[in-house]
Amino acid sequence: MQQGNGIELSLTIAQIIQRLRGSHLHSQIERQAKECLHQPDVKLESLKEDVRSFLKTSGWERKLQNAVYRELQLPPRHPPAPPEHLKEPLAYMRKAQASWEKRVLKSLNSMSTELGVPLAHMRPAAEQKELTNKWNEMGTDEPDLSRFRPVYAPKDFLEVLIGLRNPNHDSSEDISARSHWGLIQVPLNVRDIPHLREAYSELNLTSGQMGIDDHALIHPAVLCTHSLFCLHLSCVVVMEEDSAAAQQYSRQGCPTGLRADLWALILNATNQPQDVMHYEQLKAGVIQHNLLVDNLIYKVSYIYLTPPLLFSQVLLCFSRDTAVLEHFKYNSATPPKSYIQGEIISVIPFHGFSMYVAPLCFLYNEPSKLYNVFREMYIRYFFRLHSISSHPSGILSLCLQFERLLQTHLPQLFYHLRQIGVQPLRLAFKWMVRAFSGYLSTDQLLLLWDRILGYDSLEVVAVLAAAVFAFRAENLMEVTSLASAEAVLADLSTLKVMPLIQVFLFATAM
Amino acid sequence: MTPDDTKPVNFTVKAPVYLQIGDTKADTAHSGVCVVDVNLPFGKPVNIEEVTFKNYYTAYVTVRLLRRNPEQEAPAKWCTALRDLPLMDNPHTERGSQDYYTIHRTQMQVEPDHVVCVRLILRQPSLAWLTFSLEDIKIFPHTEPDPEKEVSDWLSDLTLIDQHPDLEGLPDPQTVSSSIQQMWALTEVMQTNQTTASIGRFDVDGCYDISLLSLT
Repeated sequence: MQQGNGIELSLTIAQIIQRLRGSHLHSQIERQAKECLHQPDVKLESLKEDVRSFLKTSGWERKLQNAVYRELQLPPRHPPAPPEHLKEPLAYMRKAQASWEKRVLKSLNSMSTELGVPLAHMRPAAEQKELTNKWNEMGTDEPDLSRFRPVYAPKDFLEVLIGLRNPNHDSSEDISARSHWGLIQVPLNVRDIPHLREAYSELNLTSGQMGIDDHALIHPAVLCTHSLFCLHLSCVVVMEEDSAAAQQYSRQGCPTGLRADLWALILNATNQPQDVMHYEQLKAGVIQHNLLVDNLIYKVSYIYLTPPLLFSQVLLCFSRDTAVLEHFKYNSATPPKSYIQGEIISVIPFHGFSMYVAPLCFLYNEPSKLYNVFREMYIRYFFRLHSISSHPSGILSLCLQFERLLQTHLPQLFYHLRQIGVQPLRLAFKWMVRAFSGYLSTDQLLLLWDRILGYDSLEVVAVLAAAVFAFRAENLMEVTSLASAEAVLADLSTLKVMPLIQVFLFATAM
Repeated sequence: MTPDDTKPVNFTVKAPVYLQIGDTKADTAHSGVCVVDVNLPFGKPVNIEEVTFKNYYTAYVTVRLLRRNPEQEAPAKWCTALRDLPLMDNPHTERGSQDYYTIHRTQMQVEPDHVVCVRLILRQPSLAWLTFSLEDIKIFPHTEPDPEKEVSDWLSDLTLIDQHPDLEGLPDPQTVSSSIQQMWALTEVMQTNQTTASIGRFDVDGCYDISLLSLT
């Protein structure tokens, strides 16, 4: 968008003010400002300056800064552009997303009819009472779920992505040989290694990373100093409650003990009384109504050996959180909703999306806090993994980036796999669509997600997928079938993600 | 920024002309250059505030203006307002391909006043696309800003308006209110420190006559 700098700046300021006006933070700051008038050091002559310095010293200015920082992450709105364009500028992608949603909803409806289970129904009073009592034991004994199957599998979604075509794209000539190697046929902008090196400079081989450089093999004296420095820095960041600093810090990994606080700070996921109340309301909704999708949630909750009750609680509440719908103004996906007596009652979650919650259960033990962090992470990042969009963090861009990285830097491997009838994307897709949740060991996964938050992008997921192929390249060059290729890549639980990413980005010969 | 209630100028857009090399109408070769002429209403030259449009796979746009100076009787002259403004980061990839754009008069290299015709020259060097164009072209006229209604709502909310009202001999409100604040503080103090001592009135033999008081 090309505009004079001054005009663009005042437009951005006006938009941010409009968004923050009327928010809870706005009324809190107003109330604080009014209350501080009782203080003796606030004088009428210098009212404006005194109130401002009060807000600064009491930490409210920092909270406002964090909120503005959060708003800046969202795309600016250009006046002539209609709202759907803001979510997704390409018309054919909006169409594809809409038809995909229809398909999912149809599938859900047909499951409902087939099984004779309504999409949503009110629980009888006795059942409600029982559930209230058992809320904290949820996850230990389950209803018979064998009849329920997932709404769709990742490979169905992959087929849709592969089939996407731009109607204005000329595919008559052999314009780009590369487009015929891989599966994704949409010419999105994706970054190659030289650009990635610039953007991810903090991951350089010479920079210390949490999880590698605090390892016992390093000399204790060096280890102590480095670790202590990092720990001290992270404590300062947490105490200062600075979102932007926390995000910058997270790029080199978070110390385990402070990760929960740092992530909450980056996401500006506060745990105010109204957040707790909101969570309690959602919980009441869960107890009142039983949704078909609840059964799908129960089904998936055993893959992780996490506290299952927290896990189920969060997911069930999330599926009812209509405030999430408000977020979808910024996303062209319109999640299917179901109605009970004319009231919108749920956001229907997609298959496997419970995998996004599980790792968070290791960080937070308070349900409403966990819920808020998960919700923020979902509406900023994870929803992009199962919707069709041209966003650089969208699953389509990640798939294309993965293919391009492999084609450019491991062409022999790519060629060999194609020769034996294997498309690398079909092997890596399931990792990327879950941001590697369920495939890596938990501590490694959290280190990866540190970078997602630190760089505000899911690109590292595509880079890691390519790095895994690079790491196992020798073995893959020797396989002669799809089954053996899958076997080579079956177990990722021993991988250390940061060394893989660092070597791939900074040690690949160019 | 154009206020929301400004109406765009009515004009006619001629059909876009895709330039080809040579005489033959070769179907196979894609044209990489397209010219769109926008004719403003005859006899009413426009001072342009901004031009907005929606892109459709155009990589670069050049804006040329035909201006006729009303005072001089010289014929109208063409000039370049903006050369090769990039609309797409990379002509081969999607970014920017369907975005909305605004070209403000401050971005133009010449003053877009007394404009009779606007010529948009579109370029798309990539072979990846079947066609390219601009859609929904709108031209907004420049209006002289209204002196009273200049400051928009949000700006006045941000800054204190330092106006000095006509006091007509009354004391300055700021000093009055700060002395009231001090008096209020004093009364608070008095309320907390109540004594039975008499206040001590200024009277002369029980009389408050003003001319007598001045003697004390």
